[in-house]
This record gives sequence, structure tokens and C-alpha cells, in this order.
Amino acid sequence: MATARPVRAGLSGPAAASRDPVESFVRRHRSRPLEALPWLIAIACYFAFPDYDALGAQIFATILFALSLDLVLGYAGIVTLGHAAFFGTGAYAAGLLAAHGWGEPLTGLCIAAIVAGLLGLATGALILRTTGLSLLMQTLVVSVMLYEAANKARPITGGDDGLQGMQVWPIFGRLPFDLFGRTAYWYCLAILFLGWLMARQIVHSAFGRSLVGMRENPARMHALGAPVGRRRLILYTIAAALAGIAGALIAQITQVVGLSSLGLDRSGAVLIMLIIGGVGRLYGAFIGVPLYMIAQDRFAELDPTEWYFWIGLLMVLVVLFARGGVLGLVQSRLRQ
Amino acid sequence: MRLRGGFGKQGWVAAAALAGSAVALPPVAQIAAAQTVKVGIILSYSGSFAEQGEEIDRGLKLYLKEHEKDLPPGVKVELVTRDDTGPNPELAKRLAQELITREHVQLLAGEVLSPNAAAIAPLTAEAKVPFVLMNAAGVSIPRMSPYVVRVSFTQWQMSMPMGEWAAENGIKSAHIAVTDFIAGHDAEGGFTKGFTDHGGKILGTTYFPVTNPDYVPLLQRIKDAKPEAVFMFMPGGKQATAAMKAWSDLGMKEAGIKLVTLQDVMIDDELPNMGELPLGVVSSGSYSTAANRPANKAFLAMWNQEYGPQAIPDFFTIGGWDGMAAIVDLVKATKGKFTADEAMDFLKNWKNPDSPRGPIMIDPNTRDIIQNIYIRRVEKQDDGKLANIEFATFPMVKDPWKELNPPK
Amino acid sequence: MAQILSAALSIGFHGLAFAMVLYLISVGLSVTMGLMGFVNLAHGVFAMAGGYVMTGLMSRLGLPFALALAIAVTGVALASVVFERLLYRRFYGGAELDQVLLTMGLIFISVAVAKHFFGSQAQAMQPPLALSGRIDLAGRDFPAYRGFLILCGAALVTALWLGLERTRFGAQIRAAVDNLRMAQSVGIDTSLLFTFAFALGSGLAALGGGLGADILAIDPNYALENLVYFLIVVAVGGLGSIRGPFLAALLLGIGDTAFKYLLPEFGAFFIYAIAMGILLWRPRGLFGRA
Repeated sequence: MATARPVRAGLSGPAAASRDPVESFVRRHRSRPLEALPWLIAIACYFAFPDYDALGAQIFATILFALSLDLVLGYAGIVTLGHAAFFGTGAYAAGLLAAHGWGEPLTGLCIAAIVAGLLGLATGALILRTTGLSLLMQTLVVSVMLYEAANKARPITGGDDGLQGMQVWPIFGRLPFDLFGRTAYWYCLAILFLGWLMARQIVHSAFGRSLVGMRENPARMHALGAPVGRRRLILYTIAAALAGIAGALIAQITQVVGLSSLGLDRSGAVLIMLIIGGVGRLYGAFIGVPLYMIAQDRFAELDPTEWYFWIGLLMVLVVLFARGGVLGLVQSRLRQ
Repeated sequence: MRLRGGFGKQGWVAAAALAGSAVALPPVAQIAAAQTVKVGIILSYSGSFAEQGEEIDRGLKLYLKEHEKDLPPGVKVELVTRDDTGPNPELAKRLAQELITREHVQLLAGEVLSPNAAAIAPLTAEAKVPFVLMNAAGVSIPRMSPYVVRVSFTQWQMSMPMGEWAAENGIKSAHIAVTDFIAGHDAEGGFTKGFTDHGGKILGTTYFPVTNPDYVPLLQRIKDAKPEAVFMFMPGGKQATAAMKAWSDLGMKEAGIKLVTLQDVMIDDELPNMGELPLGVVSSGSYSTAANRPANKAFLAMWNQEYGPQAIPDFFTIGGWDGMAAIVDLVKATKGKFTADEAMDFLKNWKNPDSPRGPIMIDPNTRDIIQNIYIRRVEKQDDGKLANIEFATFPMVKDPWKELNPPK
Repeated sequence: MAQILSAALSIGFHGLAFAMVLYLISVGLSVTMGLMGFVNLAHGVFAMAGGYVMTGLMSRLGLPFALALAIAVTGVALASVVFERLLYRRFYGGAELDQVLLTMGLIFISVAVAKHFFGSQAQAMQPPLALSGRIDLAGRDFPAYRGFLILCGAALVTALWLGLERTRFGAQIRAAVDNLRMAQSVGIDTSLLFTFAFALGSGLAALGGGLGADILAIDPNYALENLVYFLIVVAVGGLGSIRGPFLAALLLGIGDTAFKYLLPEFGAFFIYAIAMGILLWRPRGLFGRA
């Protein structure tokens, strides 16, 4: 293969493109000080907007959820309408633990991750053999079946009425979850940070690069002998676990779990948020989620019908004029 | 092959976007002036329960509009509304949390749905904010927090008198058909107790699915069992209409099967959509638009002037109306300054002898509503329209479930 | 024994009526997805629009059933052409994600518009007197309107199949679904073909929405609530096929009715499980070609 040149020289930092592929690879994926900015902003927001901690915590958990979807969608190219299945599973796992006497939050997250990951493994093994519409439908049907099952299992999950009676213990025994959401804010931010580190690792690793290859040209990857099916499954499982953690976070900070955490609405909403931000760029979640959730929060005071109209219009406009979402738009501007 | 480089630049863009959207947030809410009482209203303004939410909203807003002049001078009531979009306990809880911590409301009110109200209840205890329940009928919600008071009804309160009346009026056996959710099970429990206590026999039970029920095959199965009567209950609105259509399509009436139900199914504003189908159906309820009492006539006059002659209020509306009445009375009595405990002391002893539905009061022991339960029959009025005509009354009924299940 | 036969008859009858409605609405979606490669999640909006126009004309202008239905169908078909030309055709054969986002946006807009103009209540539909009442089949009463639905559906299905097999338009569609490039190179104007096929599909959806307003209530959330049903019919039936969705609609309609009759507590769970099973066995659907 010829020397790999960075395709978008303008975005790769120093203008002088090196001929050495290893060096350019390393430079591209090294951490940059500017990457700290989103976190600094999150910290600043805590002090600037003290009344919005609850919303902030929910935003962080949802960013994690969208990040896990980005791995599946943006990097492995699996279009799924049922990602909420893992989110909801994690939520119920953490919820059931807390409702039945074990309210320690961090172990709750771990168990949620394991349960959701197992579900991802099981369903992935079953459905990832296909692609296209059939796969889309199968992801949808899995999540819808799970929804019905959770609804039926009312004695366990509370059904329509939601899982009540969760008692979540203070973190490390010291930091209780308060009414104002202060503890929740830092808790979710910290977990998001860890999740993001993990996602970033995956994306920059050889494993991650091979996934992009599989998405762009599966035939060639097969020809190269790459274990396509296995890698997609591993990624799907990891993404499911991350989504489960996001669900568990929401469950723990609100101390209630509803059926809506499994539903099509939830899968659809996170998909929309991610697409608006920009798929496959790792930071799309960080843009799309706050944009959507803050807009929704602002609209909450107006007629809710208006919200549906405007978000629908925004979606249509994004598809028409800003394919690739906000980040795509920015990238194409910067390229000019 | 597309390579994704330059995360630094992208990180910067992400940060800028976050900062930009953060700036879009409004400044921190000003602390309310001591003479403005902020009330947080959480209702379903969108989703499958939007109709019900709208009715409650209209009722409470109309009351406030008509009675603003009765408030002490300098005192205002400010409403902050939020949409819970339907059965969504986590969203409802978050909205309540925000109303309390961000908007600094002194009172919460509303809620169409029991699961949402049940999620909000523990919050009211933690934050010590009184919550005036305007609809959600789950029997145990007032027990979840000492700061909850309910002005609407419970399904046991509605269905036990219905069972009693049915047994006392010639119906010896019945089949129960209810939707498979908490309100349905409550309705079933209350009816069964009232019916069997007075000599009736329950032949069997059918549960309808909560979403997308197709009533025709479900009712067909009941018809095959040939019961003397059916006690039917499902959420009001399009489901009730669909069920009545199925009832008629299958010729249940011609087969001699009587129908007894609750006001949810014979809801006043759906009656025009049902044609002649509900004629003769007996139901129990707390409010009928056709009630003759002067308080109702006065209410209807105000209602039609505000919302037009075609608008029909129903029992959801009255929940909003009476709930706001309780709040306004509280504000009047305390001149807008009260602690949560003072508010609860007032609210749990509140009475309204002149409600459009008749005399109502709150039971200080349970903080739940005590009201007349009327037995009504659908009849054709002079103008050709159908209405629920009240013909029997069970006076000042307390919630029977709480009587039968004292707290441990 | 008679009880079981009677129950089977009942399930068969009601299931068939439901299946017809599902089929009428979903067949257009199957053609759109198979022919143009376009994931049109907003297909239910056309069915909803048909329902709203029909019930609106009947209740506000007092038009008779057949006329209101005819106007609704042609109106929606024409409007769909506008959508297709202006919006949809940019995304044919394109990225699925774009299509998903576009059509979900359209659904949301439709929810808001429907709520704004018609309110949240479901639209009442009174079938004409000639079709109301009951018919007697083997000792049981059945609603006459449902019988009408079955007959109507059967007639339309036959017309569709004949149309596909016997007409030139049908041949062109079949050719384009099998191999678009080839079809283009033999001179078929695929652009025009797409528009016609789309209009036909949307018109059928409007027909299904209007006729089926009894079974699938017309309210602002229609397109979202029933999306899963339509997608299952299409995915299980197979894209680009006309027979496939029929079989899928039969399975879904009769199966759903059967489960609701026999095991109502389980809701739609078994139906989804069966759909999943079929998709695992035949990922392209029962008759899928695309």
C-alpha cells in the first residue's frame, strides 16, 4: 500500500504532512489540550447555572447513551432503532437492585453494564448476521419485545406504573443524592468521562480502525482475513454495556424507572440527537444531546405541540442542508 | 477511505457549541415576591392523554380567571405549567424536581396519571411541598407522602357503589371486563366488593390490553359466555368509544346483556361521538354535565362563555376546577404566606359545599376526597342530545379501599 | 367442538378485516422501499391524512362515505406527488440514516399539524347505513362493516395483482425492482415510474386509513403508534413485493386477533416473537427480492 497521507491535511494539526504513516497516525490520535475544553465547560456550568444540575446530570447520562450509539452506528455502521433495549435493561437492572435492598450505586452500574452487555451479546449473535432493512427491523423488534415483556412482568417491573421504591445509597457512603441534583451532576460527569475515555480508546485502536474498514468495505475486509462478524459483535456488546450504564445512571439519579426507558421513543430520540450532532465523529453526541435537551427544556414552557413541530422541522432541515450534522457542517466549512 | 483526524479542532467546536447553547439558558429565576404564590402544574399536554390534560387545564384556569378578584389585594397566583407527555414517571419526577428547585414553586398540582403522581409523591415529602392531586386516582398515593391531598376520586370510590346498586337492582350475576392496569384492577376490586357484599355473583373476568385493544374479539368472547350483565371499564376517550361501537356491533344489548360501567366510559364529552349507542347505559360517577344543581348551571354558563357553546366539560375538568378552588381558598385564608405544614393543615380540612358536582370535602385522616357518588343513566334530552342523568345518590362516600385497608 | 369452530370463525373474520386494513396501508410502503430504496417511516402519515380528510369531509361538509373517501384518496395521492418530487427523490438510494431522519422529522411535523387543526381527540367515523348493522354467519352475528372491509380488501388485492402481472406499468415496476440499471437501459423512465408508484402507494395508504378508521383510530399520534405494525408487515413480507405483505398482513392480523382473543394478557408479545422468528429464518422477508 502506498504511503498513507492524511486525507484532510487542514484538520490534522501541523500543516506539514509527514510521509511517515506511523508518525502521522500517532500525531492524529494523540490527545490535544483542546479536547479538555468540553470538560472545563461542564465544570464551569456547575457554578454558572446552579439551578440546572438535575438537567445537567441527565444530559451527561444521555451523552453517554448517544456515545454508545455512535460506536454502533458511526463506527460499525449498524443502523439500529432499538438501542434503548440496552438502556432500559441497564435501568431496570440498577433499579431492581436498589428496590430490593442493594442501593450501592457503583456496583449497581457494574451489574447494569454486565446485564446489558450480555443482552447485547445474545441479541447481537442472533441478528448481526444480516444488514440493511432486515437488521433495522430486527433491532426494532427486539426492543419492542423487551418492552412488552417488561410490561407483562408487572410484579417485577411495575409495568406501566413504573418501578417505585428505589433507595439509592450515598456514593462511597458519603455523598447522598440530593433534591437539587448536585451529587448527581458530578456522578454522571465522572462516569461520562470514563465512558468517553473508553470510547476514545476503542476508536483510536487498531480494533476501531478495522471497524471503520468493515463499515466502508466489508468485502475487502473479509478478503484481508479480518474477523468481521466477531469484531462487530464485540463492539455491539461493549456499546450495549455502555448504554446499560447510561440507563442505570438515569435510574439512580431519578430513583424511578419507567417503561419509556425501553421504548421506541427513547431509541428514536437518541438517534435524532446523535444525527443532529454528527455521526461517527465521537463528539457528535457532545453537541447533539445538549442542543436537543436544552431546546426541549426551553420549549417545555410553551405549547408542547410546538416542540414537535420545530424539532421535526429542524430534522428535515438538517437532512437537507447539514448532512453529517453540526459537526459535518463545521468540518465542511473548515475544509474550504 | 475516510480518516477522522483533528480531534483537537473538533473538541474546540464541541466546546464552543456547548458554550453557545449554555448561553441560551435564561438567567437564574428571580425569587418570587412574597405576595406571588407560584403553583407548578404538571399535566399531560401531549401524547395519548392530552385530551384529559387539556380538560383539567381548562378547568383550573377558568376557576382562577373567575376568582382572581377574590384574592386579597396585592396577592397573585402564578401558574407554571409542564408537560409530562403521558405515562412517564421519570420525566414527571424530573419536572417536579425542576419546578421545586428551579422555579421555587410553593405548591404542586395536577397529574392525570397515577404512575407519574406516585413518582412525584416521595419528592413532595423530601422537599416539603404540598401537592394537590387533580386527577390521578391510584388509591394509595396520598399515603406515599404527608403532603399529598386529592380532590378528584378513586376507582374504589366509584365502583363499590356501582356494585352495590347493581346487586340491589335486579342484577344477580355479572362478568367483569376491565383494562389490565392499576385503575382497571381498582375498578374490579371495588365493584366486586360492592356487588358480592349485596348478594351478587361474579361469573368471570376478562382483562383488556392497555394499548391498541381491538374490542370486537374480546367482547365476542364475553358474549359467548352469555352473562346477565357486564361491568366494563377502560380509559375514557377513544378506547371507550371503540368499546361501545364493538358492544353495539356485536348486538350485546339485543342478546339481553346489561351494561354497567363507570363515568370514564360514559364521559360527557365523548357522548356526542357515540351516536345512539350508549342509550340506557347505567354508570356511577362524581360529575355529570347535565346535573341540575345551581352550582353546575352557574359553572356551565361561565364555561360556555369562555370556551364556546360546543365545548363540553367533564369530570376531569371538575378535578381541575375544584383543585384550583382549594388552592385559591388557601391563598385567601393565609394571604399568600404559608409554610408547607400550614398549607397542609388548611387543605386537609378543606370543604367546598358548592362545587358543580355537589358538596365535597377532604377527609383529614386520609387527605383523600369525600363526595357524593351518583348513579346515572344515559337518556335523550329535549334537544336530542344524550346525557348522563343522575337518578340515585350515595351521599358523602369515603374512599372504601382505605377504610378496608387501614395503614399498618 | 362447536364452541371452538365458532371461536375460530370469529377470529378468522375479525383477523381478516384487520389484515385487509394493514395490507392496504402497508403495500405502498413495500413498493416504495423495494423500488426506490427509500425507508419511508412517514408512510403512516399518508394513511392518517386519508383518515382525517375523509372524516373531516363527512362530519363538516356532510359528504357521503364513498365520495369523501374518493376525495381523500385522490387528494392524498396528489399531495404525495408533491412530497416525492420536492423532497423524497433527493434521497433515493442514499444513506439510510438520512432517510430515517427525514421521515421521522415529517412524522413529528404531522403530529403537530394534526393536533393543531383537529385536536387530540380521535376522529369519529360513522359508516353509511347501508354498511352498518349485522350479518349472520353460521349462527353468529358479525358487524357488516367488517365484512365490507374484507370484500373491499379482497377486490383491491386482486386488482393489484392483476395490475402487476398484466399491465405494462406493472411490468415496468417489476423490472425496476429486480434490476434498476437494466430497466433504465431498456428505456423505462424510472423517474416517472417512481412518482406513479409512490402516488399509488400513498393513495392506497389513504384508502386503508379511511376505511380502517374503525380499527386504527385516527388521532395525531397515528403515524407513530402504528409504525411498528406497518414496518413488520413490510419487513416480514419482503420489500418490493406485493404478495409478501399480503401474507404478512394475514399472519399479523389473524395472529394478533387470535392472541388477543385467547391470551389477551400477553398483548402483542407473541406477534413480535413470530415476526422475529420469520426475520431470522428469512432475513429478506417471505417474498423479498430487493
